[in-house]
Amino acid sequence: MRPELKTDRTSLNDDFAGRMTRAVVKSARAMSRLLPIIIGAILLVSLINSLIPKSFYLQFFRRNMLFDSLIGSVIGSISAGSPLTSYVLGGEFLKNGVSISAVTAFLVAWVTVGMVQLPVELMTLGRRFAIVRNLTAFIFAIVVGIMTMLILHIV
Amino acid sequence: MSAVFLLYILIFFVDRSLFGNSIGFFFTIIVRIVPIFLLVFILMTIANLFITRRVIVKYFRKRGIEKWFFVIGAGILSTGPIYLWYPLLAELREKGVSYGYLATFLYNRAIKVPLLPVALFYFGLKYVIVLTLMMIFFSVIQGMLINKLVPTDSRLST
Repeated sequence: MRPELKTDRTSLNDDFAGRMTRAVVKSARAMSRLLPIIIGAILLVSLINSLIPKSFYLQFFRRNMLFDSLIGSVIGSISAGSPLTSYVLGGEFLKNGVSISAVTAFLVAWVTVGMVQLPVELMTLGRRFAIVRNLTAFIFAIVVGIMTMLILHIV
Repeated sequence: MSAVFLLYILIFFVDRSLFGNSIGFFFTIIVRIVPIFLLVFILMTIANLFITRRVIVKYFRKRGIEKWFFVIGAGILSTGPIYLWYPLLAELREKGVSYGYLATFLYNRAIKVPLLPVALFYFGLKYVIVLTLMMIFFSVIQGMLINKLVPTDSRLST
């Protein structure tokens, strides 16, 4: 009986070790795919930060919540890549004086509106669903941007 | 990234001051975010270890209001590139899961638990909490709206 139990435990440990190894390898692969993109984005942000004065960004944003969120949502919708990149870019936008509503709309649109994967979404889930989902996600990014700014003012 | 490298090489020869400033700023950001990347790696590994496709499919089998909560949870906890999930979502659709739940699932995929340290670092705890709650709320609104706007047999119109 005892040797069997021991075998079972060993097998469970081996199974967990195998799953752990696969999880670490998967994460390492994901990070290795992400890192060049993140480093490239940070290099670009650093260059833009040194090259362009803060006032340049502000001319696109009129300190109007609706307009700023719209611009943020448009930029977020046409951008693609890991959300990690959007956080880095959004953080730097914020530091450069871009409003929180615009940055929020940008972050939300980046992850909820999928222009790049739209053809695959159309094919697998249907034309009407894909179009309605992306369109409502675009509008909601603007609404979330405005509401987040308002809530942050209150709390 | 190679295009940005080429740009930096060009700037190195054209404007040393701009190159120095940019590289300086780059390393300032890198030094700040390296510890966060380590935390992200650990969280990604935990997510990869425990959140499998089988777990996600189980969530979609729930019924009633409970289902919304499970779909939100499944969306938040799901990992990997979105295009890997489309075939599974199409399969769930074929099995009768309505489009609204799929939309809510996709919307909540935007909330990335492993990336929370980065979000906290850049935007602070209050902002992250407010944004997360807003996104969960609007994911349900979008799901309900899509249930109304997209009939269950609309896939046939593709």
